[in-house]
Amino acid sequence: MNRDDLDTLLQLPHSAGRAFVRRMVGFLRSLRENGFAVGLGEGRDALRIAAALDLSRPRQLRAALKPLLATRREEAQRFDAVFDAYWLRRGVKHVQPASVGAGAKQASRRPMLGPVPERVAALADTVTRATGEEVNAAESEALRRGGASRAESLSRTDFRHLDNPDDLELLDQLVETFAISLRRRLQRRRKAARRGERLDLRRMLHASIAHGGEPIEIYRRHAPRRPLRPVLMLDASGSMSQYSAIFLRFMLALLKRLPEGEGYLFHTRLVEIGPVLRERRRVAALERLSLMAEGWGGGTRIGECLSTFAKHHARRALRGRSILFILSDGYDTGEPELLAKAMTALAKRARRVIWLNPLLGWRGYQPIAGGMAAALPHIDVFAPAHNLESLTALAPQLARA
Amino acid sequence: MDRKDITDRLAQHGYIAGPDLEMALWLMDLLGRPLLLEGEAGVGKTETAKALAAVYATKLIRLQCYEGLDASAALYEWNYQRQLLSIKARETSGQDPKEIERSIFSEDYLLERPLLAAIRQETPPVLLIDEVDRADEEFEALLLEVLADFQVSIPEFGTVTARSIPRVVLTSNGTRELSDALRRRCLYHYVDYPGLDQETRILLARVPGISSTLADQIARFVALVRKEDLRKAPGVAESIDWAASLVGLGVARIEAASETVLESLMCLVKTREDQGSFSREVAERLIGKVA
Repeated sequence: MNRDDLDTLLQLPHSAGRAFVRRMVGFLRSLRENGFAVGLGEGRDALRIAAALDLSRPRQLRAALKPLLATRREEAQRFDAVFDAYWLRRGVKHVQPASVGAGAKQASRRPMLGPVPERVAALADTVTRATGEEVNAAESEALRRGGASRAESLSRTDFRHLDNPDDLELLDQLVETFAISLRRRLQRRRKAARRGERLDLRRMLHASIAHGGEPIEIYRRHAPRRPLRPVLMLDASGSMSQYSAIFLRFMLALLKRLPEGEGYLFHTRLVEIGPVLRERRRVAALERLSLMAEGWGGGTRIGECLSTFAKHHARRALRGRSILFILSDGYDTGEPELLAKAMTALAKRARRVIWLNPLLGWRGYQPIAGGMAAALPHIDVFAPAHNLESLTALAPQLARA
Repeated sequence: MDRKDITDRLAQHGYIAGPDLEMALWLMDLLGRPLLLEGEAGVGKTETAKALAAVYATKLIRLQCYEGLDASAALYEWNYQRQLLSIKARETSGQDPKEIERSIFSEDYLLERPLLAAIRQETPPVLLIDEVDRADEEFEALLLEVLADFQVSIPEFGTVTARSIPRVVLTSNGTRELSDALRRRCLYHYVDYPGLDQETRILLARVPGISSTLADQIARFVALVRKEDLRKAPGVAESIDWAASLVGLGVARIEAASETVLESLMCLVKTREDQGSFSREVAERLIGKVA
């Protein structure tokens, strides 16, 4: 929008005089600087409101301008501060939007890393240390099952060792298939079509007039398909550190293809990263991410983060068309009951809950760790995600979702 | 109508509005913009529209939104069955086909749906577009078009322009982010749970035979329940229900009949999970606080 379109307002006559109109234009500009969407139409109406009010009472003007100029709850909460800063000279220039909801704000006040119970810390430690043997075992098993071609052995390489550009290219291709299998889902809105389950009476009637009211030509309507919305939640804690970079890339690519989706990171607190992931320049995106994800690689409070999500975001983020992906190893330092409660709430909202656990691909892994066991009853698909093959195997599951 | 008038008249019709809402309703009239009300379920968004219709003594036309809502359910639809019958009946009459066509696409065969009905009223009605977040984005576009021009074009019939501009109230539970275009057309008001004083007045206005002591106790009790960690916090509708049931049971003070109070809590706490977590001890503690 042209910054100077508000100048048009200066031409309008106003009962309170030109000086007031100039002040008002200045206020509207200050709102714009603070991220409010204010246009010429709103400006005109703001002047109309001012003309109808007693201007010696600024509080009244504030209360009257608020419903007009603040168009969502978050803006309504900031409006008073911007108004006071401008009209009452309280000195505040920019008012930051509240971060990811009240819960996140609360969490950020706490120390970044909570006390980690010993048992869990020990577990996390074994996970990070177990590199060589485990993977070799996984690879040799892959070979035993007859993986001969280069592509296949690659697709079975554990993500921890996936770092050359070709492999990453493959990952991007995989995301493509993923996006496609999520794309075709029935929706309720119907459109005219040659084949379809319902008759299009309106068109049939038009056509029948030519045949004396005999409905000879049949027209139909059908429900076209629309993509499902993926909502991805990535565990970025220490125990996941070897996988989180790849998963992040996976999220990045998937959300780019399906911009309706949303992405979140969690470790000791929850961070929404959707807007960042959709950043066009990948470098800028990663930079902004690293700034947001302080505490990356620390402990995990899965239960707490998921309840924050369930409380503040789920109602908006999870709808009938949403598939919730949780990418985590399930090592939770919080109470399992909290996680179970959050999962119950989330499972009710989402169409499907898919938990991808890289550890599931390891031989001998059993989901018995407190958090994972608590979450298990609420999961629709529990799948390994330690290599490309395991992710590929997931695509048909999505087609049935 | 003056701002004070609006509040007084709303109160006469049993609707207690806070100062912010009162301002928004006044602006609605001044600027002729639709009003978008957002807030938790059960805080009285729909009631606002009903009360507004009562205040202006006009008709309330309601459009309930759902996924897949389209023009044929929101704007208009032709009565195909009648049209077909009519064609068949006149088949042998030797009438000019052009004439038949003109007659079957006349007003007689048009089924008005809420949006069309709202702009064809002689006196401006209140048009309530309920839970607009449930409809999909395509419907929002359609709605914007109608709200911008207040006219509907029907290809077979011509353009229907508004006889009167309705007062439009949209409500949303915030399950989906509405488009910026729609938000910008509307005035916005976030409806929060009422304060203690306001809720007491609501109860006094809505529940016949309630004493001011009981109303005050109920308001305080419900406010405490809302602070508990429940999946579904009780709204104003729930507290009115509960108050009515307590009055019906002959309770004068909450602490005097705690057994009855505990048994009637299903009016307030409505999911099984919440009934589990809202235990007897919690309820008794809250009763103690209120008393």
